[in-house]
Amino acid sequence: MKEYKLSHLAIITVMSCVFLSVMALGVADAGTGSGSFKKDNEIVISFGMPVDEAWAKNAANFMVSEKTDPDIQLPVDSVTLDAKRISALIRFREPLNLSSEYEVTAKDVTFEGKVMGNVVFMVKKSQGQILFTIFLGAMLINNFVFTKYLGLCIFFGVSQKKETSIGMGITFTIVMVLSAIMCWALLTFVLQPLHLGFLKIIVFIGTVAIFVQAVDTILRKVNPYLFKKLGVFLVLIVTNCIILAVPLINADSGNGPMESLILGLGAGLGFALALFLMACVREKLELCKVPAVFRGLPIAFVVAGLFALSFLGFSGLSIF
Amino acid sequence: MNRNVQLLWNGLIPENPIFRLALSMCPAVAVTTSVQNGLMLGLAVVFVQVFSSCTVAIFKSFIHPRIRIPAYVIVIALWVTVIDMILPVISPEVYKQVELFVKLIVVFAIIISRLELFASKEPLIPSFFDGLGMGIGFLFGLCLIGAIREFFGTGQLFGFDILGFNPLLIMVLPAGGFFVIGFIMAIFNWIEYKLTGKIPTSGGAH
Repeated sequence: MKEYKLSHLAIITVMSCVFLSVMALGVADAGTGSGSFKKDNEIVISFGMPVDEAWAKNAANFMVSEKTDPDIQLPVDSVTLDAKRISALIRFREPLNLSSEYEVTAKDVTFEGKVMGNVVFMVKKSQGQILFTIFLGAMLINNFVFTKYLGLCIFFGVSQKKETSIGMGITFTIVMVLSAIMCWALLTFVLQPLHLGFLKIIVFIGTVAIFVQAVDTILRKVNPYLFKKLGVFLVLIVTNCIILAVPLINADSGNGPMESLILGLGAGLGFALALFLMACVREKLELCKVPAVFRGLPIAFVVAGLFALSFLGFSGLSIF
Repeated sequence: MNRNVQLLWNGLIPENPIFRLALSMCPAVAVTTSVQNGLMLGLAVVFVQVFSSCTVAIFKSFIHPRIRIPAYVIVIALWVTVIDMILPVISPEVYKQVELFVKLIVVFAIIISRLELFASKEPLIPSFFDGLGMGIGFLFGLCLIGAIREFFGTGQLFGFDILGFNPLLIMVLPAGGFFVIGFIMAIFNWIEYKLTGKIPTSGGAH
């Protein structure tokens, strides 16, 4: 099995990512309402038939609230109908929280003078959109290395050569995704039913350590070539903060299985990206005349600071 | 007794966990936007380091060498769970800001490396002082970085307004932490160069 190379593994990883995201889009539930967010303070709803313009212009006819607390009515600023009078754009004074579900009640929908009764719309981001936002957030906007400062020990330790950084990045992403989903399963099926939530630190770190040890042993037997390439990194992964932080974040924000998995994937790929970028710069730094007292780690920190500055540019990024 | 003082001093400056050994950098950058946060996490680390050093020093004859690393991790996780329950009672607001990192003390390299290098070989008393020294060194590092970043970033110290304006906002941004640590490390190197005449090779970065 000598043909196994890092590039093959990279292709497999990318393919599985694509597969998973397609799966994630498939899970998106189709049942909830015919409303959607437009900007962060606009909701579009579609009535399915032309309605009276005079009725629709009256903002008091629309009652909007978050599904979790229906008592709090959100102030509607204005309502505009489109040319065919089928769909309406509701604009709000304050931006909405795009990750939660909203309930829009249209009171006494009027069609050519006839009152048709109340219509309720559910407005929610589709599951695929939420997952993509989580993924993008973990990978770029809140990159675990440059804006959350996790995993710095490995980050500075392994980023001296491009080749090792790629190997570490791939190994880390795989272990990260699998351990995120395992920790989610343990939390949901074992810890929560037994009311042992306070033990999650011990259980998570134990899970990760055992899992890494198992991968190490299996890989040694099954594919010695790959083991030779990746074995060193496997041991290092246990001491990486990110590997414990992602399950803890998942547990604290109550993420489901797909969300946990995608957060793990985003964190892993974000770490791999940071590692690779840093390795590229540090290879060049070897050839530079750095002041003697700055040689080694101090200059690496300054470079990381510059990277962190440039990653600030992602902070406004939002696609949905 | 003399050796114990030596051990304490050793952790504070000559083998400072952050600036000299370059261990456990993550919290050093992440929570140090103010002195208070640094102090809170530093105290938690002192607690965990001292108690797990003592635990390992007492029980080392029962721990089989081949499973020592998992055993150490479990010991640390135990004490982290304890401090994670104590801190929110002491100061809920500050705890909220450092919560994630208090839980992540489990994977801080400094603690497990002191258990492996020191507490697993030495008796209880020196282990206690070594743990205390390393913990205080870590606390000192966090507070120093926190003070610099808070002062230059927001013009405040311990939450009290001193300057009345924000001189360098970048210091409280993510990038500022990296810059401050880089420069403090360079200053430590420079001091050592002036004292001994040679430039030390910077830490192992693990």
